[in-house]
Amino acid sequence: MGEWLQFFELNEQSWSWDQQKAEEAWRKMNVIRAFEEKSIELYKQGLMGGSLHSYIGQEAVATGVCMNLNTDDYITMTYRGRGQAIAIGADPYKLFAEMLGRKDGYCKGKGGPMHIACRELGILGANGIVGAGIPIAVGSALTAKYRKKGQIAVTFFGDGATNQGAFHEALNLAAILKLPIVFVCENNLYSEMTPIKYSTLNEDLAERGAAYRIPSIVVDGNDVRAVFEATKAAVNRARLGEGPTFIEAKTYRLAGHMFGDAETYRSKEEVAEWRQKEPIKRFQQVCLQEQLLDEQRLNEIQNQIYKEIDTAAQQAMEAEQPGMEEIFTDVY
Amino acid sequence: MSTKKIVTYAEAINEALREEMHSDPDVILLGEDIGSYGGVFKVTKGLLDEFGRDRVIDTPISEAGFIGAGIGAAMTGMKPVVEIMWVDFTLVAMDQILNQAAKMSYMSGGQTKVPLVIRTQGGGGRGNAAQHSQSLETIFAHVPGIKVVLPSTPYDAKGLLKSSIREGCPVIFIEHKMLYNQKAEIPSEEYFIPLGKADIKRAGKDITIVSISRMVHFCLDAAKELQKEGIEAEVIDLRTLVPLDLELVKKSVQKTHRLLIVHEATKSYGWGAEVAARIQEEAFDELDAPVYRVGAEDVPIPYNLNLEKETLPQVRDIVDAVRNSLYLSI
Ligand SMILES: Cc1ncc(C[n+]2csc(CCOP(=O)(O)OP(=O)(O)O)c2C)c(N)n1
Repeated sequence: MGEWLQFFELNEQSWSWDQQKAEEAWRKMNVIRAFEEKSIELYKQGLMGGSLHSYIGQEAVATGVCMNLNTDDYITMTYRGRGQAIAIGADPYKLFAEMLGRKDGYCKGKGGPMHIACRELGILGANGIVGAGIPIAVGSALTAKYRKKGQIAVTFFGDGATNQGAFHEALNLAAILKLPIVFVCENNLYSEMTPIKYSTLNEDLAERGAAYRIPSIVVDGNDVRAVFEATKAAVNRARLGEGPTFIEAKTYRLAGHMFGDAETYRSKEEVAEWRQKEPIKRFQQVCLQEQLLDEQRLNEIQNQIYKEIDTAAQQAMEAEQPGMEEIFTDVY
Repeated sequence: MSTKKIVTYAEAINEALREEMHSDPDVILLGEDIGSYGGVFKVTKGLLDEFGRDRVIDTPISEAGFIGAGIGAAMTGMKPVVEIMWVDFTLVAMDQILNQAAKMSYMSGGQTKVPLVIRTQGGGGRGNAAQHSQSLETIFAHVPGIKVVLPSTPYDAKGLLKSSIREGCPVIFIEHKMLYNQKAEIPSEEYFIPLGKADIKRAGKDITIVSISRMVHFCLDAAKELQKEGIEAEVIDLRTLVPLDLELVKKSVQKTHRLLIVHEATKSYGWGAEVAARIQEEAFDELDAPVYRVGAEDVPIPYNLNLEKETLPQVRDIVDAVRNSLYLSI
């Protein structure tokens, strides 16, 4: 297994980002955070149906990965997938509109929070079925390889999804066909209310990629720089036709599995500990230490984002409901 | 003298599991988050503490794997009750359910029995969108070898689940997510309800309405409205699709001469078509009007709550269909 499994360490000495890149990462992570916080508010007000699965705490994964992608690359993700959508450039207004089931939403209000799809950004869809997006992404990588336009596919999924049959079948297929795909496993330590250690004996889920002879990397998923660098190498390999890479990003979801989750399966201390290591705070420290962005600039960007998100949510709340005729459109 | 108590639908199911686990050490539970969390809908609450990890088994997210394991355990003497959190996820494991569990007894010439219950929940009404709101009962009912149960009340849920666990063959037991908090009286004493016995939930003489699961309550509400116009509807809850208690429906139609079938599943190719066909084959002369059906529109369930409501059958639709059957204007 050794040669197929690696633990990625960011080289602090050689690492360098310019101000623009730092701003991009800071901006994306904050938009995701602000969006997710606002979504919880809207959900609490009873403005949404179904369940709401927060991405708070995992922002560095979506951001670090998507900063390497183009909008003609393909993405699949899960019910928790607004983070990736924002990271690739989705419009918060259209996202909110979808969450609220409005006509202007990305899916005309017919998909909702669990099913964000946005073809113009390469997002083939978030999925309500655990593991189901993985083989679909493999299929899009098949298209990409066939078309030879340098496109790749990326699929995001949780730790729990690695126990699904579809996951294993998809990995093996991508490996033997040498497809241009990056598998991104966001290991947030829990699959719903079950700690991952109770549902698999592998400490590092990247072993499961290695088992299929896919180069597999474990990375600190709360360090946006590390996620970015690890993904960069993976994306390059894919674009050069060298086949799939598996990235396990170790992270933590700071909110419950879904809104209303009583969180009886973990201690307050554990959450508090992870709150210290959360990605936005950590990147803020880096920016200050490395003198990439000063406190004033960081705050300025953050405040502006919160205002923009407020405005987008407000607009979405005022947006039109879809007409009843939409029930019958798009079926086939 | 029998005593009564008030329980919710979720509690009634919990009681059935607890009682059956007490009376038979071979009854075990498998499913996602059913142990310390007590199930996402709290149906298995307290059972881990009472029966321990050997009998209440939290599984990884791997429906094909643990339904398959449930089948194997059932074939070798256990009585597993597998929880699939949402009926939509049974689709991930359909090979195990329909190619394996449902065919084992027959293919083995009766050597192998699969006393397995798959408990799950379905239906819409909460804005859970297309992959978490389906009514898939007809799919199971269509393939021989598995019995199909859909309780509408706490009383039925408990009695039917206890019988299902003792049925000795694969049973899919589909609860409704909108019914878990519904409360009703049940006897304090142990009781069973046999599979294959429909229940008249309201007697009437003018039309027979046949339904199942949550729609039974919609039919009862519709019946109340119709009563105001002097129409007395008889509401029959099939309770199980397989076995199907056609006799009770036939008897009712012999009295009312009109039949309406109401289901939450999409209308086309739904089980309503089966009941309609059977009634016209076996009781054609009794009918004074065509058999009508009310079902969901033939579309995936939309997320938007207004759209979802419009897609699913509502009380109004049932009232209109009854009036139509009685040749009254709508
Ligand atoms: C096939 C299937 N089984 C079960 C579920 C219910 N469910 C939704 S999310 C979830 C946990 C998934 O955990 P993980 O893959 O680690 O992703 P996370 O939620 O932590 O992002 C479960 C069991 C589902 N949606 N689909």
